[in-house]
Amino acid sequence: MPEFASVKRTPLNAAHRRLGAKMINFSGWEMPVQYSGILDEHHAVRRSVGVFDVSHMGEIEIRGPEALTLVQYVTANDAARLEPGAAQYSALLNENGGFVDDIIVHKVAQDHYFLCVNAANQEKDYDYIRTANCFVATVEFISGRYAQLAIQGPSALSTLRKLTAADLSLIRRYHFLDREIIGVPARIARTGYTGEDGFELYIPSESAEVVWDRILDAGQEFGIKPCGLGARNTLRLEAAMALYGHEINDFITPFEANLGWIVKMNKGEFLGRRALARQLEEGVQRKLAGFQMRGRSIARDSYKVMVNGREVGWVTSGGPSPTLNRNIGLCYLPPEFAVLGQLVTVAVRDHLAEAEIVPTPFYKREK
Amino acid sequence: MYPENFRYTKEHEWVRMEGDTGTVGITFHAQKELGDIVYVDLPKPGQHVEQGKTLGSVESVKAVSDIYAPVSGEVLEINELLADAPEKLNQDPHGEGWLIKIRLSDPRELEQLMTASEYQAYLGAEG
Repeated sequence: MPEFASVKRTPLNAAHRRLGAKMINFSGWEMPVQYSGILDEHHAVRRSVGVFDVSHMGEIEIRGPEALTLVQYVTANDAARLEPGAAQYSALLNENGGFVDDIIVHKVAQDHYFLCVNAANQEKDYDYIRTANCFVATVEFISGRYAQLAIQGPSALSTLRKLTAADLSLIRRYHFLDREIIGVPARIARTGYTGEDGFELYIPSESAEVVWDRILDAGQEFGIKPCGLGARNTLRLEAAMALYGHEINDFITPFEANLGWIVKMNKGEFLGRRALARQLEEGVQRKLAGFQMRGRSIARDSYKVMVNGREVGWVTSGGPSPTLNRNIGLCYLPPEFAVLGQLVTVAVRDHLAEAEIVPTPFYKREK
Repeated sequence: MYPENFRYTKEHEWVRMEGDTGTVGITFHAQKELGDIVYVDLPKPGQHVEQGKTLGSVESVKAVSDIYAPVSGEVLEINELLADAPEKLNQDPHGEGWLIKIRLSDPRELEQLMTASEYQAYLGAEG
């Protein structure tokens, strides 16, 4: 993005500045990368609760008698399995089976679906869905109307329940309710990107600041921290959740990214299906694998990965794991090397460092 | 904030002179920009470093950054404390979080560095 392009701001921009956040440009959005520090914020989410402004994420609404038909055609997962109030992780795929985006599909009603999409992809996604729409359905780009807040951590439920009459404990994982939070209409989804229990709220932009402030107040007794994109990234990496532009992109398919479970080949025709069927027959050329560094070197995105002195893959995300106190990462490797216990070499700037392929997720919360 | 007896680089390192030995570190501003520091990669004693060239790197949670030598010379000592407590770089960048000691090969190089007030003006201009 050229520097002169106008930077987009969320409705909480001023609130972040008042909290002393360090702001960065994240794919055209001015976003908080940290407040008190990435480690501090990371531990707050693992141990109690943190709140994130993720209003840069996009929202697209699909409505009409054939809304389901359109959703089924443009996404890989089976939206017919959703009841109203349920959500699923899914993907928009191109004709080669590569990711246009990874998304969450919420079923609001029989004729009404609400898609949460990545900030950097939202315009692309909207065009993609609109172009594919030859059904009796409308596609609306509604990102501007919504702020999105993520309340994550073992004390997320205790924090948020103070602000609503809704019984949040009844919302199961990957389900949502439309209820008021401090009198503000909210879509309350039990979803997240941290590997912890928690909620994502979709609220009208104009109410973002009052809700944000009240969440910080309500969470004070649990030691709530406002959290930035830095902690969001370390948390999702420990949980081995894909980040668009890193683990997944236009050239990577769900089977390669260990996301075969979001592809339902038998649900009927959908975009990308033909290429995926071919890949199922031929097998994948590369596979996403988790690794742990054996020494103190830290692998970072795009470092080369080698086996027996030959370059065989690349790091998609890497860094220190604050919870596990080890240096971890994800990488693409030919399937024969993407096996537990395999030793690989990572080219870390000026030296070579050994790493071992380990199970993912690196971190799994106790239920 | 920035000690008067230090000299500073545009890359946010500092050097403090005692005789012909310079103690080198990164500035308060540098550690703040880097965020939580988790690992420091330093040269070995006896190695020669050259002004403006990479002498090592600092890994924060988020990224890795090069450290540039503010002066040329031989590395006399490295701060062993940082191996187990890299967070000292965040907590006390101008004191306990020093990186290495160098015997300067050309003390005239110091003239190219900024004084505390020049560095502060530079930070102001940098934004």
